Amino acid sequence: MDQERLYELESMCIQECPPGCTAGCPVHVDVRGIVTAVRKGDYPAGFAILRKTVPFPGIISRICTEPCKNSCKRNELDESIEVRQLERSCSDKCGSAEQKILLPPLKSQKIAVIGAGLSGLTVAADMAGKGFPVAIFEAGNGIGGSILEFSEEILPRGLMESDFSIFDKLPVEIKLNAAAGKDELSLELISNEYDAVYIGTGYESRTAADSWFSGTPEKRLVIDSGTLLTNIPKVFAGGSLRTGESRTAVDSISDGKIAANSINRFLQNASLTASRGKEGSYNSILYTDISGVKTSPAVKAYETGRGYSEDEARREAERCILCQCLECVKKCEYLANYKAYPKKYVREVYNNLSIVMGIHHANRMINSCALCGLCKELCPNSLDMGEVCIDARRLMVDRGKMPPSTHDFPLRDMAFSNSESFLLSKHQPGMNSSSIVFFPGCQLGATYPSYVKKIYEFLCEKTEGGIGLMLGCCGAPAFWGGQQKLFEDTISGFSERLKSLGNPSVVTACPSCSYMLKLGIPDLKIESLWSYLDRTGLPEISRNGSGRKLAVHDSCVSRYDKDLHESVRSIIRKSGFEVEELPGNREKTTCCGYGGLMIYADREVARRVIGRRINESESDYISYCSMCRDNFASQGKRSYHILDLIFSETDDSSATMKMPGLSQRQESRARLKTSLLRELWGEEVKDELPEVKLTIPERVQSIMEDRMILASDISKVVAYAENTGNRFKNTLTGNYIAYFQPQRVTYWVEYSPDGDSFLIHNTYSHRLEITD
Amino acid sequence: MKDNTAQSDMNIICVKCNAVLTIGKVTLAYMGNSFPVDLYKCPQCGLVYIPEDLALGKMNMAEKALEDK
Ligand code: SF4
Ligand code: SF4
Ligand code: SF4
Repeated sequence: MDQERLYELESMCIQECPPGCTAGCPVHVDVRGIVTAVRKGDYPAGFAILRKTVPFPGIISRICTEPCKNSCKRNELDESIEVRQLERSCSDKCGSAEQKILLPPLKSQKIAVIGAGLSGLTVAADMAGKGFPVAIFEAGNGIGGSILEFSEEILPRGLMESDFSIFDKLPVEIKLNAAAGKDELSLELISNEYDAVYIGTGYESRTAADSWFSGTPEKRLVIDSGTLLTNIPKVFAGGSLRTGESRTAVDSISDGKIAANSINRFLQNASLTASRGKEGSYNSILYTDISGVKTSPAVKAYETGRGYSEDEARREAERCILCQCLECVKKCEYLANYKAYPKKYVREVYNNLSIVMGIHHANRMINSCALCGLCKELCPNSLDMGEVCIDARRLMVDRGKMPPSTHDFPLRDMAFSNSESFLLSKHQPGMNSSSIVFFPGCQLGATYPSYVKKIYEFLCEKTEGGIGLMLGCCGAPAFWGGQQKLFEDTISGFSERLKSLGNPSVVTACPSCSYMLKLGIPDLKIESLWSYLDRTGLPEISRNGSGRKLAVHDSCVSRYDKDLHESVRSIIRKSGFEVEELPGNREKTTCCGYGGLMIYADREVARRVIGRRINESESDYISYCSMCRDNFASQGKRSYHILDLIFSETDDSSATMKMPGLSQRQESRARLKTSLLRELWGEEVKDELPEVKLTIPERVQSIMEDRMILASDISKVVAYAENTGNRFKNTLTGNYIAYFQPQRVTYWVEYSPDGDSFLIHNTYSHRLEITD
Repeated sequence: MKDNTAQSDMNIICVKCNAVLTIGKVTLAYMGNSFPVDLYKCPQCGLVYIPEDLALGKMNMAEKALEDK
């Protein structure tokens, strides 16, 4: 990921875009902030937010025309939030409080403001607040300009005075009855004396203002709408002089702020145009789902012309949706776990990859994503955190920065499945060619070895041209672990074995295998077992689901496999069950907690992923991936594998069967291979005798599961200790303690001889190597 | 890294040498880093003993820290 790609990805996540109201407000008041404050009854906080953006909060909260309301999301539902009323609640309660101003040291450059309307006053307040002395030239005998036309009832004068009292604390000199434009107040003289000039004399003065420019080539006033610079150097202009009679208070304040930004840049010799950000009113691209939001009419103040009571204000604030996106975060436990959203995460991943020296804080985050693609499906801009994470993992692997412990177990498990213990590729017994080859995958062979045999026997009976069998692992752990080279090698190993069978088309029984093989061999002829069986017929045994409902879980890797979705549902119906759809399914399905090897990088997050999924329906679940089924069952959810239906084994024991332990999974695979060779191909296979015979109590078995230690690891330690004599003895218990480091991990075992076997009391491991 | 939990009255012996373990210098290594620690070992053959709580506690933390470096 280079910096350009980072920016591209960051910009795809629009969670930080302002809500419609804030973007529609010409000065971008943080309406969500004010609403949140009002909800809590924290009016000072709300008022502080308003005043941060609007220099005259009392005035605005009475006379703003509320352009923000046009782009309030609630308009799609009922009606907009009463933004100005909420602002007024804050201002009425807190406006008279003393305002503390911290002035920076006074600057030497001076500014002249011509016209004391709202735009000019905004320029004055803004620039004076930055330490520039400001002189205001006003032709009339008071400040405020056109807002003085509002009645006392609508805009109480006391409120105005209180807003304008800010000038008492700022380096601002207000010159009343000082009509600029001629004699000693000619524009020329003023601009000679001041470093920058702002003209905000109102639309009625347009002709007069034009006359000041008669000496210029255009002969009249021209204002650049982006910077508000005029065609006279260092002279800026705005307000209704620019916008015309349709002026509104908030537009004038907006112009004042734009002009102040330009003047500040101008005085510092900075570019007037570079990276100004958004100014004035615009349309936000923030996406917010409002499907669950209930309608409720806007709260009207109990008496027209009065402000809200606290209760009314709170009720109106409650109507606000507090627009934000978080579509992905709402549905993904992994994204929710880190308490932010992809825009932030992408940067964390990028930073993590850029660290040369120091701690890689985001390793776990990068490694716990399920790579399931749900976020991409939900995101209005299709941002895929899975893609970000897998790219990062590959880079980490390439640079030797992948923590070895994270994926060590699944990678060794994969190596086992692709070793002679499990690997097999054969034509159907008695045949020497194959039109199809069945590839059940390593996980199905680990959980359901007997189904693999049964379904293969069934396929042999009905398939014309012979159906071969291939056992092995598709390489998913390598792919998910970011081990691209290992994945490619695994795929080419598969291709070679397939070639040795004459390149028949492949039938898979595991959605991850389908996904990986399609990815690795794009032109592979491949079909899922489920669509094959749905098409060609199920085994003819009586099945009777009696219309019982089963909630189908689509596996995340098969998100876009419509045919598969349909075949599975069809098989469920053919088996006499009713199909129940979970809230997120098909292209919007969620991961079961296994995808992306999430469960190895962060067991707790995976546990929450499983927990969320199994609570989506009371019905028994049905999956077509054995890992999905096993994960659900691991937290006590009754769930079936689709083969349970196909072979009509739908009693309680199938639904509640727990996932076999890690050692047993490997043993099941090895035994599956031997029994198939013996029983279907009539080959003689010697049993591989374990080096030592072990007795492992249940308590120790669960320790082994938790610590991912296999019986075969333990047996290596005991064999080594017994052969070399390198062992300790605990004189209190009489037990032996020994260690052995077959590869990267050092295993410790506490054991005692027990007849012809060894009784295991405890086991643990570590990765730090004992070097002397 | 010191094994604080090990009692002074050591009840682990090296079977080969029939010797009670004593504290000695051991070097542990991981991911290209190595560091000396005091651990129990056989005073004669030098066989090193790492108790469970040390392996799963401090050593595990050190592993994670080195992996994230
Ligand atoms: S200042 Fe006006 S436009 Fe902006 S949020 Fe407040 S009421 Fe809406
Ligand atoms: S787990 Fe799935 S939905 Fe969540 S971030 Fe990763 S790819 Fe996206
Ligand atoms: S769905 Fe997620 S990634 Fe996409 S814009 Fe929303 S918060 Fe950002």
